[in-house]
Amino acid sequence: MNRSDILRDIAPVIRDHLVVCNIGLPSQELHMIDDQPTNFYMLGTMGLASSIGLGLALAQDKQVIAIDGDGSVLTNLGTLPTIANNVADNFILLIIDNGSYGSTGDQPTYAGKKTSLAAVARACGCDTVIEVAAEDTAQALTDALASRRMTVIVAKCASGNIKVPVITKDPVVIRDRFMTAIRS
Amino acid sequence: MTISEQIVGDLVANDIAFVTTVPCKQLGGVIEAVEAHPDIMHVPANKEDEGMGLCAGAWMGGKRPMIIMQNTAIGVTINTLVTLTQFYRMPLPMLISYRGELKEPVACQAEMAVHTKALLAQLNIPTYHFHKTSDADELDAILKYTFMCNKPVAILTDATFWGGY
Repeated sequence: MNRSDILRDIAPVIRDHLVVCNIGLPSQELHMIDDQPTNFYMLGTMGLASSIGLGLALAQDKQVIAIDGDGSVLTNLGTLPTIANNVADNFILLIIDNGSYGSTGDQPTYAGKKTSLAAVARACGCDTVIEVAAEDTAQALTDALASRRMTVIVAKCASGNIKVPVITKDPVVIRDRFMTAIRS
Repeated sequence: MTISEQIVGDLVANDIAFVTTVPCKQLGGVIEAVEAHPDIMHVPANKEDEGMGLCAGAWMGGKRPMIIMQNTAIGVTINTLVTLTQFYRMPLPMLISYRGELKEPVACQAEMAVHTKALLAQLNIPTYHFHKTSDADELDAILKYTFMCNKPVAILTDATFWGGY
């Protein structure tokens, strides 16, 4: 399974929740698979999905899922101590770890080599960190939502991408639609 | 009332309820007052672009945000300011310690100071410069302006404003 397979699997699980989705192919794939007003698509700014998601979770009560990648978490590794030390039990960080920078042509990341992002998250103080195989991601996410505990899920999967169109929605439209969904 | 208490009073009066900070000696008093205020959630960030991400999320979630940082952060955050804050049209007041101005003891700080206003101008970021204590009287209006127009807005506060080193 690769990232797009995981996104297809989890789409029914995340549909009714607030989702902040990582830049590039992850957002494009989620947009194609199951576009929802509760999805915030990042069109730029690599690395900040987890930070936007945490800020959103701290500011209101609905459950928030940030869908991030191993490369993007490595870009903003400082996010993990911030998440650990500002516990929001309505926040789930899902790191889809395919060991590569998928959007730029599958160059390998260090997370696909010696670095374990689950171990890094634990060392940063995140209390609930789960590493799962790709096929177990939907169940892990379902369990994490039910637990109402802040959870970091590292889903290990194969690299590789599908053909997918870019998102042409205006960013202000995406943002306004998302804010309306948050308030509803 | 200290100038730090006056500033935090203006934040609260403008419903700013989520403040992210990176450490700064000049802004230390403001950061302490933010941490102590019961109406403000204070989330220290490890880097300023991370802090801007937190602010974007907090604002979409219904809490008015602010970031407190040094002017060196302009160099760190240009991509985030352009592709997140401006592209999605989000308000972000930035209370900035303007290091490298008059009374600065550290030469390296002047290197970023000479680029600060030029970079902010290039980014079309409304910029206000607090040099005298009375300049802070405009903070309330600056905050109202920021949340009226949904833009990042820079408030530069120099060493003279803070009473020197």
